[in-house]
Amino acid sequence: MTLELFLLLASALVAVGLYGALSQQSIVMIMMGLELMVNGVLVGAAAFWYFVSPQLPDGQVLVLLALAVMAVEMAMGFAVTTAIFRARDVDMTDMAADLKG
Amino acid sequence: MDAVDTVAFRVLAVLAVVSGTLVFRVDSMARATFLLLASFLCVAGTMLLLDLDYLGALTMLMMTVEMAVMVVFMVMFMMNPAGLMPMTMVHNRRGALGLSLGTFVFLAAGALLVPWPDRRGAPPADVTRQLGESIMEGKMLVMLVVGVALFATMVSATVLATARGRYDRYGDELERSRPDDPVPGGVGR
Repeated sequence: MTLELFLLLASALVAVGLYGALSQQSIVMIMMGLELMVNGVLVGAAAFWYFVSPQLPDGQVLVLLALAVMAVEMAMGFAVTTAIFRARDVDMTDMAADLKG
Repeated sequence: MDAVDTVAFRVLAVLAVVSGTLVFRVDSMARATFLLLASFLCVAGTMLLLDLDYLGALTMLMMTVEMAVMVVFMVMFMMNPAGLMPMTMVHNRRGALGLSLGTFVFLAAGALLVPWPDRRGAPPADVTRQLGESIMEGKMLVMLVVGVALFATMVSATVLATARGRYDRYGDELERSRPDDPVPGGVGR
């Protein structure tokens, strides 16, 4: 168990999440990809706390912040999905490409 | 770090990545959500290995409830929620694969090549107390900002998800005595 192994795990999670966020068409699946990316941040922050500076609380606070980001992202994501589904019956990103240009 | 921890970490790490990958491979939305939950639980397990008892438990509890909520939305918004027929709903798959592989190589190279600093100090006897004291003392700004952000999220999520609020029904000044509803009738009207 070393810092490098933990960071490899974090990189893998971020990469998988990025693939999901980029490739999925459903808005809900995109949010799952984003959650996986923040999951990688959790691992990275926890590992940095433990292996680099365990006597300072900064790493732990970063983990707490990432958890709050996850909660906010999910709530706002579903609110936006509900709003756009109600207004235009859209549940896929390709149907909401108005700003593409 | 003894051998048991090392083995446990490797198993959890592999499980976390594999279940995270399977999220985008299975047809069933419910299965995808619970695979994501499995990935979160494995990550929480690695946090427990790092003596982060409180944050590990917090991650487990929060993600279990979050995924339980998420599965409802998945079934609500997805066609074919049960995954009874195979389907793929992806665009630009090759580009996404390339980008994510490139990101992994870049991050992994950084993780392996950067000379990370040596460990300074040791974990305190009570890790949770360290966190609690810091967010109530030196890092209180973080807690304040998170609190305000969560409150703003609650308000704006409710506003966004409301179909027809009272301003739609009673006018901008709430001046109508009878609500303007698409379907008249109802209790008290």
